[in-house]
This record gives sequence, structure tokens and C-alpha cells, in this order.
Amino acid sequence: MSTLTDLTLAEARDALAKGELSSKELTEAHIAAVEQVRPLNAFITETPERAMEMAERADQRRASGEAGVLEGIPLAIKDLFCTEGVLTTAGSHILDGFTPTYESTVTANLWRAGGVLLGKTNLDEFAMGSSNMTSYHGPVESPWKRRGDNRKLVPGGSSGGSATAVSARCALGATGTDTGGSIRQPASFTGIVGFKPTYGRCSRWGVVAFASSLDQPGPMTRTVRDSAIMLRGMAGYDPKDSTSVDLPVPNYEAALTGDLRGLKVGVPKEYRVDDMPQEIEDLWKAGIDWLKAAGVEIKEISLPHTKYALPTYYIVAPAEASSNLARYDGVRYGLRVEGEGDLTSMYEATRGEGFGQEVKRRVMIGTYVLSAGYYDAYYNKARRVRTLIAGDFKGAFAEVDLILTPTAPSEAFAEGEKMDDPIAMYLNDVFTVPSSLAGLPAISVPTGLSANGLPLGLQLIGRAFDEETVFRVGAVLEEASGFDALPAWLAERC
Amino acid sequence: MSIDKDTVTGIAKLARIRLEEAQADALVGELNNILSWVEQLGELDTEGVAPMTSVVERKLPLREDKVTDGGYPEKILANAPEAADPFFTVPKVVE
Repeated sequence: MSTLTDLTLAEARDALAKGELSSKELTEAHIAAVEQVRPLNAFITETPERAMEMAERADQRRASGEAGVLEGIPLAIKDLFCTEGVLTTAGSHILDGFTPTYESTVTANLWRAGGVLLGKTNLDEFAMGSSNMTSYHGPVESPWKRRGDNRKLVPGGSSGGSATAVSARCALGATGTDTGGSIRQPASFTGIVGFKPTYGRCSRWGVVAFASSLDQPGPMTRTVRDSAIMLRGMAGYDPKDSTSVDLPVPNYEAALTGDLRGLKVGVPKEYRVDDMPQEIEDLWKAGIDWLKAAGVEIKEISLPHTKYALPTYYIVAPAEASSNLARYDGVRYGLRVEGEGDLTSMYEATRGEGFGQEVKRRVMIGTYVLSAGYYDAYYNKARRVRTLIAGDFKGAFAEVDLILTPTAPSEAFAEGEKMDDPIAMYLNDVFTVPSSLAGLPAISVPTGLSANGLPLGLQLIGRAFDEETVFRVGAVLEEASGFDALPAWLAERC
Repeated sequence: MSIDKDTVTGIAKLARIRLEEAQADALVGELNNILSWVEQLGELDTEGVAPMTSVVERKLPLREDKVTDGGYPEKILANAPEAADPFFTVPKVVE
């Protein structure tokens, strides 16, 4: 039986516009779903009262003819976005009790467009992780299960709570942030759409910073159309973020014409990595065939520095993180641990207790590569290689309009797997990190199931600020794949 | 480049992070693994390649040099673990 939570964002928007549904009804249904989904630990904070107030105001605005592009749509917000008057933790102990006195630009844009806040979603601590296992608030469980296997699976990370919330249908859309794959990899693991816009498209102001030259907010939704609608509500120039780009925000939904004739899509040979599961290789081939059938010309391309992207990322991102996380000092917000009564021991005790293992590891790596004597050998070297990686893409986009790759080298893994070896965990992002380093827009579209019955995604990477082509081709992939599998969490309820 | 426990302790000092003994021991191996993995960048000749400063090719915007924000100390202090209005407080630094 169909319920209000089975509507896609676009369907709900249309029903609201026709007056067949009120935001109050829609929001009530989603609040109930958020409560039901509690065993999966997707939310750190639920905001049902605020949601009902916002829904009521949305209905009033609609009645007076002032509806925004997301008017009355219930959304979940990754707990990395500062929300005025609502606890914001970044998944860390060190931000205990932090209640911002300001609103991030992206969430302010969403509320101005009419969005309704359901709550704040769980994430890897400071967005550092690919499993959602590093959150101080506990792991998030994926709504999916392997066939005939009851083990708890990870939703991916770092936007794992947002991915679970959308996949388990308790939010029509959720914000994520992507530094090296944190929107796309969890989207692939949970069978939803995740979109990382061009760096500079969405403001980073009020988003807890991890690696400032890479971080980019984006939408996570059930369909490509929903992401197109939601991004329009998030994006826009913001003078408060000096890297925000002053370009008009297009109506991305209008780009979903289905017409791909004349487009050229590149398939990079360097993405055929060793020990990639055959089913992912097969899905990639299927993606190529679907695009060919839609009139696209496929070209093999070369991105020669691909294998250096992950090591580059694991210098650049920790270096920036070590600088950004210097602000957590027990003085201005969050946790304070006294130490031995002097200032330095207070800093050390606060940070020793407040940061989890993965965050410590990365801050330590970052501190090391930025330290005197190593700065050139590591940090500057990585920045030079980053120039080469961005140059690879520039060369490719002289020949093709878009690049097609798998999103992740595996299906979702079980809680506890890959936890002993940081580098094995880092390899999850092997296909998403290169485009992050180049700042390019990219989408993960759910397009198939593994032999275990778990979702797999394909990634499309576009030219800077050409989100429209990414959406246009993404929608065709989505349609051609006919992906309609439901996670165990929902299938059991049908 | 190999990192020993003294180096780990030194980095932790620079990063102002207190480590338990066992954590410091574990980090020796972990940091060595990660650093030897990233050192594969050494294979690449980057002579004459400019280090990336920004992925988006554009000039940083300038604005008029005047105060456009502020004047709400109570908001700034609202999340302080300890404050004595209108100041943050820290353990005594000067005797």
C-alpha cells in the first residue's frame, strides 16, 4: 500500500501545488517515519516541533500564493550544517552541546525555498570516514541487508545518516557534504541519488569545515529529478564564502530533456582497477550500452594521474583538517577538559578526549606534512600533483562532455569490516576522489544490484559548472536501468 | 621516511592532542603505513608544475574595508564552556 512517504520529492511537490495534500499532512507522515527508523540511528537530533511549525507556515505561504521551489517539503540535514537554535555536533564529542547562534547559508536557502527541517543526521566524525562508523553518536545502520544474511551493513560515509534517511523513506531529501566522496559513496551503498556540485556552487559558510579546498554541500534524494529540484534550493552566490561563485543558478529540472543526441561520454581506462568485482565491471558496461542506445558517442579516454589521486588527497585533506580543527580548543564552544590547571594542558586534554581515533590520525598526519622540513616534500608535492590531476580532466573535457565510471569499487560492507586498516577504508573513495580534487560536479545514480542484492551506483563527472549535463544524462541512466529495488527495511513493511 | 614513537609524541605536542600510551604506540605503525603509501607521489616528476591554489579559476573578490558584522558578544559567548561577560575565560596564563 502506498503512503505519503512513498512519494518522491517531485511527486509531493506536485501534489502540494495541486492542493491534494498539505505540508502538515506530509510532514506528519515523515515525522512518524523518522520515529520508526530510530533503530538505524540515522538522526542525532529530531526536530518534530520545529517541523510542524515550518509545515504550518509553508501551508500559509502557499495559501497566499508565495510558494518557493521546496515549499512544504520535509528534509533531513547532515549534522555538519549549523542550524540556529538546534544542536550541531559534526558527529564529534568535542562539539558537545554546541547550539549555533546562526544558520548556514545552504540551510537558510532551503528554508527560504520553503523546506521543512525534520532533524539533523548522523555522520562520520567531522565527515572523516567512509562507513559512518567513526561518529561519536554511534554507527548508522543501512536499511539494506544482503540476501539471506542478517548482518548489519554500513550505509557508507560520511553522509551515512542522510543516505539512510532518504533510502528508508523518512525524508524526501537530505543534505550531504562531499570532500572526497562523502555524498556519492553512501548514495551508491544505499541505492539513492547523490549529487556533488562544482566546488563554489553551494556556499560553505556555516558548514563545519573539514578540508576547505574540497568540501562541497549537495543533495541526496531518491531520484535524479529530486536532486535537480533540491540543488536549486541550496545553491547560490554567497559573499560570506570567498570561494562561492557568482553565477546564476539555473533551473536544473528544465535540463532533464532526455535528449542526449550529440553528446560524447568518456570512459577512463585508468578506472579499471585491479580486483574490481566483475559485477561492477558489468554494470559499467551496461551503463555504456544504455548511453549508446540513447544516442551518445562513447570514447575511451585517459586520466593518467588517477592512481596518484588518493595519496594526494590523503596529504591535502588532512593538512587542511589539521588547520581547520585547530579551533577546537575548549575555549569557545563544546567540550572543555581542565587538564592540570594550565592552558596548554587544557588544550591537550580537551582535544585528547574530544577527538576520536580517525580524527586524531588525520590531524596528526596533517600536522606532520605541514611541519617545518616536510612541507615541501609532502604538502607542496601533493598540491603540484593536484594540478596534474585537474589537468587530466581538462584534457579529457576537450574531447568529451562527460565521464562515466562506477561510483565505488564495492557494494556496502558489514559493520566492523575494513576497520583495522585505514588504507583499505580510504580505497572506498578511489573513483570519487579524483573529481573532488579537480572540483568537478558529479552524480551517483543507483543502476543495479549485486549478487548479494545490494545496490550499486554509476558515477557521471561533468565540466565545472555544467551540472545541467550531469543531471540530463543521469536521468537517462536512471530511467534505462529501471532500478526499483527496495531496501529490506521497507520491503519487510510492504 | 620512518616515524618513531618520539616523532609521534612530538607531532601530538604540535597538534595539542594528549595521547594515551597505547594510542601513541598504535599511531607509530598507522602513520608509517599512511606516509609510506603517500610517498608514491615521489615517482612523479613535478618539476615546473605550479602547486594548486584554487580549483576554480577566478580572482578572489575584494570588498570595501569596513566593519559589516558584529556587536553581539552575547551570541559569540553563548556556547563558551566558561565565560565572564563579555570575555571567554581560560586557565591563568600570567602569574
